[in-house]
Order: sequence, then structure tokens, then C-alpha cells
Amino acid sequence: MTLTLQNLLPAAPEMFLLTMITLLLVIDVSLPERYRALTYQMAQATLVGVAVLVLMFYPEQQVLRFHDTFVNDALAAVLKLAIVLVTFFVFAYSKPYLQDRNLFKGEYFILGLMAVLGMLVLVSAHSLLTVYLGLELLSLSLYAMVGLHRESITASEAAMKYFVLGALASGMLLYGMSLFYGATGTLDLAEIARYLAGGTGSDGMIVQEFAGTRPVLILGLVFILVGIAFKLGAAPFHMWVPDVYHGAPTAVTLFIGSAPKIAAFAMLMRLLVDGLAGLDSDWTQILVILAIASMAIGNIIAIAQDNLKRMLAYSTIAHSGFLFLGIIAGTQAGFAASMFYVIVYALMAAGGFGMIIVLSRTGVEADRLDDFKGLNERSPWYAFLMLILMLSMAGVPPFLGFWAKWSVLREVVNADMIWLAVVAVCFAIIGLFYYLRVVRMMYFDAPLNQARIQAPAGMRVMISTNALAILALGVYPSALMAVCIAVMQ
Amino acid sequence: MIEQLFFYGFSAILIFAGVMVITARNSVHAALFLVLAFCTSAALWLLLEAEFLAMTLVLVYVGAVMVLFLFVVMMLDVNIAPLREGFIRYLPVGILVTTLIAVELAMTVGARRFGLDIMPAPVRQGPEYSNTETLGLALYTDYLYPFEIAAVILLVAMVAAIVLTMRRRQGVKHQKPEQQVTVRREDRVKLVKM
Amino acid sequence: MPETPLTLWASLPEPLVTVLVILFKITLILVPLLLSVAYLTLAERKIIGWIQVRMGPNRVGFFGVAKGWAQPIADLVKMLMKEFIWPRKANRFLFVLAPIIALTAAVGAWAVIPFDDGLVLADVNAGLLYILAITSLGVYGIIIAGWASNSKYALLGAMRSAAQIIAYEIAMGFALVGVLLAAGSLNLREIVLAQQGGVIDWFWLPLFPLFVIYFISGVAETNRAPFDVAEGESEIVAGFHVEYSGMGFAVFFLAEYAAMILIAALTALMFLGGWYSPFPDTATETPMIGVLLGPGIHWLVLKTAFFLFLYLWFRATFPRYRYDQIMRLGWKVFIPVTIVWLLVVAVAVMGEVPPWFNHPL
Repeated sequence: MTLTLQNLLPAAPEMFLLTMITLLLVIDVSLPERYRALTYQMAQATLVGVAVLVLMFYPEQQVLRFHDTFVNDALAAVLKLAIVLVTFFVFAYSKPYLQDRNLFKGEYFILGLMAVLGMLVLVSAHSLLTVYLGLELLSLSLYAMVGLHRESITASEAAMKYFVLGALASGMLLYGMSLFYGATGTLDLAEIARYLAGGTGSDGMIVQEFAGTRPVLILGLVFILVGIAFKLGAAPFHMWVPDVYHGAPTAVTLFIGSAPKIAAFAMLMRLLVDGLAGLDSDWTQILVILAIASMAIGNIIAIAQDNLKRMLAYSTIAHSGFLFLGIIAGTQAGFAASMFYVIVYALMAAGGFGMIIVLSRTGVEADRLDDFKGLNERSPWYAFLMLILMLSMAGVPPFLGFWAKWSVLREVVNADMIWLAVVAVCFAIIGLFYYLRVVRMMYFDAPLNQARIQAPAGMRVMISTNALAILALGVYPSALMAVCIAVMQ
Repeated sequence: MIEQLFFYGFSAILIFAGVMVITARNSVHAALFLVLAFCTSAALWLLLEAEFLAMTLVLVYVGAVMVLFLFVVMMLDVNIAPLREGFIRYLPVGILVTTLIAVELAMTVGARRFGLDIMPAPVRQGPEYSNTETLGLALYTDYLYPFEIAAVILLVAMVAAIVLTMRRRQGVKHQKPEQQVTVRREDRVKLVKM
Repeated sequence: MPETPLTLWASLPEPLVTVLVILFKITLILVPLLLSVAYLTLAERKIIGWIQVRMGPNRVGFFGVAKGWAQPIADLVKMLMKEFIWPRKANRFLFVLAPIIALTAAVGAWAVIPFDDGLVLADVNAGLLYILAITSLGVYGIIIAGWASNSKYALLGAMRSAAQIIAYEIAMGFALVGVLLAAGSLNLREIVLAQQGGVIDWFWLPLFPLFVIYFISGVAETNRAPFDVAEGESEIVAGFHVEYSGMGFAVFFLAEYAAMILIAALTALMFLGGWYSPFPDTATETPMIGVLLGPGIHWLVLKTAFFLFLYLWFRATFPRYRYDQIMRLGWKVFIPVTIVWLLVVAVAVMGEVPPWFNHPL
């Protein structure tokens, strides 16, 4: 394939994003301190531009480019849009927080955009190579963002933990990939899928007998899944999640907790469904263990937390368990349910951490549960927004989170794994407790302080939109669900 | 025959160096053993006719990365004793996991599946064959996209390194070489009539 | 039956013959090289002496000719007879290893240097990469020496040297990438062949900034004045080799000068047309000296000598750079300039700009 502009166009969003990142780097260096907001505005404009480009080059069918290392299909396009949308909200929430804490540097947005680029690459990956590189691009940017607040010892510790464990996970993933490459002789995900299905390779030769290399593939699969579980924060590879969520500046926690989850889902889809579908009986078993462990550990330990960031971290672990359920079901409807779940989760997480930012003031991190006591007296509106978010995360009908949980559970039941659905429901009910505790604190406890909530107007509008969108989508979940189902076909 | 001799020789040194990297008590020694490990793996690559990779390994890792590593390690006065405190306590678990993985690997990645009869050795190329050129062609055509992403990863690393370390301190006297060289006599010397 | 040496030779197994031939070639390169090192030291003292209006060494010598010519021999004898002193608590193995590494790196690179068309020990494809890789190992001699000596000054010298060499190696590498772009090959012989023609055709002209940067970086890589902060005798006594005496010191000395000659030869090969003559082809028809005017090894030697002279001239002329100035020059001046010029060279090569790039690669 020759490299003409026409051929490169499916990757236009990525190319535009990269161009803007390099441009921003240069502009930000020469920008005087008082015009720093320009970096923020340009970053937001870039995200809008990326979204427009994704829509402009929305693929009618699957398009492969760059020697089949890049794929653009409906799944990629929708996930990219979701990532860009969530990141847009995240940047908007972060701005006042960063300004208050003397962290308002161009690098936050530049590294954030680089992480977005990594996510886009990951979402469009069609080769083990691009999966790995996209993941590294994403992770490396996140490590740096966690450490952005240098004066904070907890942030440095969190960055260090994140980096060391993340590097270990990358190593695992890479080792698993190398085993796959050794056994199949290709990095291309479609080729691997064909190999596993026992078809013919690209050179027309009948591929080697699958059974002979099966143990190698299983070992590789284990390594790959360990790597993914680490990155996703699924139990028992979740140890870093609470520390990193707690230690990082809230603006960064907000980012880590939202958009990258969508990318992680994309990675699961690309690797397990696009590439390793032939081994589904094996990875389903492992995912079941990961899912149950995650739901158990996430929901039970979250109860013991008195810090909202830590509590939400454990809730993330629990949610990643639910995310696995749809994939375990192994049907198109199941994948669609998982996709629905992850998009919904990213929106809820953005809103949840956004609320912490709303309540925090100069010099005060409102990340303890006590800070939310009596929120209703201080600001009924914010208490109401938080109510929506908490009930949605808990999965109380008719909020959006309920539909997300319901759809994955329905698919698990359809796949004849009723016991798994029962287990999941039990843990969801345990989880209900700590979400409702926040609600109780907001409405029935006396406030510990009466400080006025000083969020700027733009932020109020954004967080209200976010929470109300969750409310609205909860009333009409079918639209988003229909998109997810259409994408999977 | 001679080639095999070289292969086993270098492999033995490589394994020895690798073991020493993690067991050496002195961190400078460990870093130097890592250098040795890099050099021997470069030699192994040379045996595979991958001269570009071999040279680049030496150039980048030995010539640059490890020099910086040594630079840091020599400056740090690391006290080894506290680092080894948990050693005995974690040893059983460590041994268990290591043995498990080693056994699994031995069972799967052995000659039975990757032996020469299943995966034949690469064809020997003539002296005119340029490994560098072939690699370059592959990187800039088929693997252009991964190659560019790898470049972006390096950019991220650079941005991250700068943002995590650079701080503008107040009240530090900086030299401005461009001003130093444009200085004229009138700026510095004042003749006073006595 | 008495065997003549010739039949003995013929009866040897073939691999052994190959090894012996290679060893012989290595000797052919090493002996003149070491002799050059010896006399380079003399030249240095003489030339710097003249520049500073002094005599330089003028005592040792026999046969009644120009007194002073036997100075290197006297120095060598002195070095050999001196005691090798072990610093207290020094790491003995590394202490001995360090000068050996330094010398190996400085000498090993000569394996791929072509002295004339076809006159090369190992005609490898990736010669340029080999040179870069091997020369980058030289710094280990300095770092290990500094650390193993168990001395503050030595360690300081080693630290300085490590930072400096990293900084300049990048600029050096980029300059070589420029050469690679222009010549379209990593093979040193082909790089010289690509410069066939007169003075105008050599790469110094299209790659002028790279040429200058390469040579300056080479001076920095070999830790020579004005970049000799690793020794810095007025600040840190003698830097990394402060604890070495006798042969240990002599080997470092040897390595430093061998590396100087190497850099000079490489600059001549890559930017000044190697063994090509500056005179047009018709000059070879001149009676008597025609052979000398044509291309040949003597031109390479002459050009190398020119760069070696520059080395000495720098040392006699410039004051030592301050450490932060060295870093600034390397990172903030050289690297950006080389990157920009790489772009220029790439455009010129694509545009097949005559007279350098209009031949098919």
C-alpha cells in the first residue's frame, strides 16, 4: 500500500491530535504566565476538533491502514467520541482546581492530550504492537501526571508506585505478547484470530497445527490477562489503585478514573475478542475469577474507607468486575452491554470526582467523607447532583447505573451463568451500603463547616450537565444502548 | 562449529552477568554486570547477523543509558543493609513463584515446540546483505505507524522528565552567555580622571 | 626431515592460518599506530613549545641528530620502571580493568578504518555504527577508573567525564547521521568513495556545520583541551587518573592519544575525502612526483596530521571551558544545529543537488 494522503485519512483524528500537541508544546513554552488559560482553551478546542474529525471519517465498514496495524471501525469511532467527550469534561473540571493549587501548567493539558492520543491508538489498534505502544503512551503520560504535584509527598509516592507496578504490568503484557508472536509468527490480531481458528495464513500456507502450540498460547494468555488486569485495576492486581487515586491531585485522579477505563475496555475487546476469540473458553474462566474477586474486594473494602477518593477507587475496582461480566457472556449483546457499562461508568466517575473538586477550596481538599456531611444545608443543588451520581453508581433504578448493571447481568443470565449473576447482584447490594452512606451524610448529618462553595460558573454548568445527562440517560437508556448494539454488529 | 562455541560462550557469560546483576551487593558492580550483559547480548545478535540491533544496543544502552545509570549510582550512597531486610522473609514466596514460572516455561517454551525442526534457523545472507537497510525499509514503510507512536512515547518521556525536574527558583543568578559575548568595553570599564 | 618455515605454514590447519593472517594485519596497524602515539606526544610538546616561544624537549637523543627525538623512548622507559601504586581500599580488579577498557576502545575502532581503497582490516557494512558503538565504550575506562580509585578527585573527574561524553556523543552521532545521509551508506569505504573528486566534492562543504561540530565533539569526546575538565589539573589535580602511576598511567596516556588519532582520521575520512588527492586526476601524469599527487594513503596521513595539529593548536590557545558552559554548548547549541542541518542535508539529497548528490546512491 502506498502512503498517499487519501490512505492516511482514516487516522486523521490521531494525526490532528499529534500535530496540535506539538504545536501546543511550542506555544506553551513561549506563553507568558498570565495567558496560561490559552493552553487550556486550545486543548479543549483540540478535543472538539478530534471529535469533529472522528465524525467526518466515520467508517461505513472496517478500514485497515498502515500495513494493517491500524483499524477504524464503528467501535473505534464511538469509543473515540466517548473518550474525547469525557476528557473534555475532565479538563473543564480540572481547571479551577489546578489554578487554586498553583498547578495550572500547560503540561497537565499536554500530557492529558498525549494520554488521549494513546487511548485513540489503543482503541484503533489492530496489532499487538499498536496495542502495546498505545497502552505505553497512555500509561507514561498518566505516571507523569500523577507526579505533577512535586511538593506533595503522597503524590510522589503514588507516582512511584504507579510507575513501578505499571512497568511490571507492561513487562507481563509484553512477555505474553512475545509468546503469542513466537507461537503464531504474527503480530497482526486478525492473523492471530485466523491462526486460532485454524484457517490459512496471509501467505496462503496452511498454518501450523494449533493444538501443538496451545500450551504456549495459554501461558501467553495468562501473562496478557495479568497485564490487562493490572492496568485495569482488577483484583487481585488492584493494590495500586487506592494509593494512586488517593495520592494523585484530584484533577489527575479524575482523569485516570474516567477516560482510560474506556480505552482499557477497548484493549480488552481488541485483544480478547478481535484477536484471541479462538481461546475464549480459556479466557472466560480467568475473567470469571477476576470479576468475582474484583466485585468482592472492591465492594467490601470500600465500606471501610473514610476518604471519598479511596472509596471511589475501590468502587472502580468493583465496577471493573462488572465490566468483565459482559465480556464473559461472550455474545455480541454481551460486548454491547459491557461497552454501555464502561461509557456510563466513565461519565459517572467524571461526575463523582468532579464533585470533590467542586467542594474543595483553596487549601482544602474536600476528599474526606466528612466533607460531604450536611451538604444539603450548604447547597441543595449540589447535594442533589451528588445524589444522582451516588445512586447511579450504586445501580439504583431508574438511574443510569442501574441500566448498565442490568444489561450486563441480563447477558450473563442469557449465557446460562445464573450463579454468576446471583453473585454479582449480592455484591452490588453490599456496594449499595457505602454509596447510600454518602447520601445519608449529605441529607441527615449536620455540616462540619459552612464555607461557601466557590466553584466558578462554567464549572457549575458543566457538573450540572454531567449529572443531569446521567439522569436523562437513565430515563431513556435505549438510545445509548442502541448505539452500543449497532456498533458491535 | 566455531559459531556454536561462540554462542555457548557468550550465552554462559550472559547468564552469569544476568545473575550477578541481581545478586551483586554493590550497586555499581550490578550496573557494570548489566553492561557486560548488554555487550554479550549484542554479541549474540551479531551471531544472528543482526548487526544493526547489536551495534545500537551497545551504542544506546551501553554507551549512553548505562553511563547515566552509573553516573547516578556512583553519586548515591546507597546503604545496602536496609534494602535486604525483607529478603529472607520474602524468599520462600519468591522461590515458589520463580520455580512455578520456570517450570511452566520449561514445559511450554522448549525444543518440542520451538526446536530447529519446527522453526528453522534464519537463512544465512551473503556479505552484500545489509541488515540496516532492510530494517530501515521495514520501519519507514510497513511499520510507519508504530514507529511514529514510539517516537511520541519518547516525546512524552522527555516532557515528563522536564516537568518533573525543572523548577524555576527565584533569586538564582543565571549566566546569559549571549550577553556575555556581546559585552563592550564601555559597559565594564570606566576611566576616571584623577 | 627438516621443515622449512614455508612448508610448516602450508601444513597449518586453515582456521589457524586465517587467525594468524588477521593477527599479522592487526600488528601492521597497531605498530605504526603506537609509534605515532609516541611521536605525537613529542610533537605536542614541541609544537606547543614553539607556539609559546619555548624550545620544547631538546636533550635526549643520540646519533648527533636533532636533540630531543628520543624523548618518547626515554619517557617509556621511565614509565615502565616506575612502581604501580595501589590506592588503599581500591577495587583492584576494576582498577586494572579501567585502563585496559580505555585502550581497547581507542584501538578497537581501527579495525574498520580504511587506509586506502580496499586497504582495511574488516570491511563491514555497519562500519560507522561500529565506530560509534566502540568509541562510546571508551568512557567506561574513565568512569571505572574514577570509581575504582576510591578518591574524591578521581570520582569528580569521572562524573564530569560521564556527563560531558553523553552530551557530545549525541551531537557526534547526529553529525555522523548527516554523513550517512550524504553518502547513503554506513560502510566507511563507501563513504570515502562517495566523495570522489577534488576538494569541492568532499563532504566538508555541504556538511560544513556537521564537520565543525563533529571535530569539536571529537575533541570533547577525547577529553582534550579546552574540554579537559575530566582531568582539570588546576581544579581536581588530574581527575580520573590521579591515582594511577607507572604503566597504568601510561596506558591511559596511550589510549587518549590513540583516540585523538582516531578522531582525526575519522574526520579526514568522512569530511575531507580520506585518501583522495586534492589535485585533479591529470596531476598523476606529472613526472617524478605523479604518484604522490594521485590518491593514496599518504593523503589520509597528511589530513590526519592536519587535524592532530588542530588538537595541539587548541590546547595551546584556548582556556579551559567551565563545566556548565560545556553542557550548554553541547545540549543547547550543537544538538539543535545538527538537527537543523540534517534536515538541510536530507532536502539536498532528495533534490540531488550537484556536485555532491547528483550521482545515484
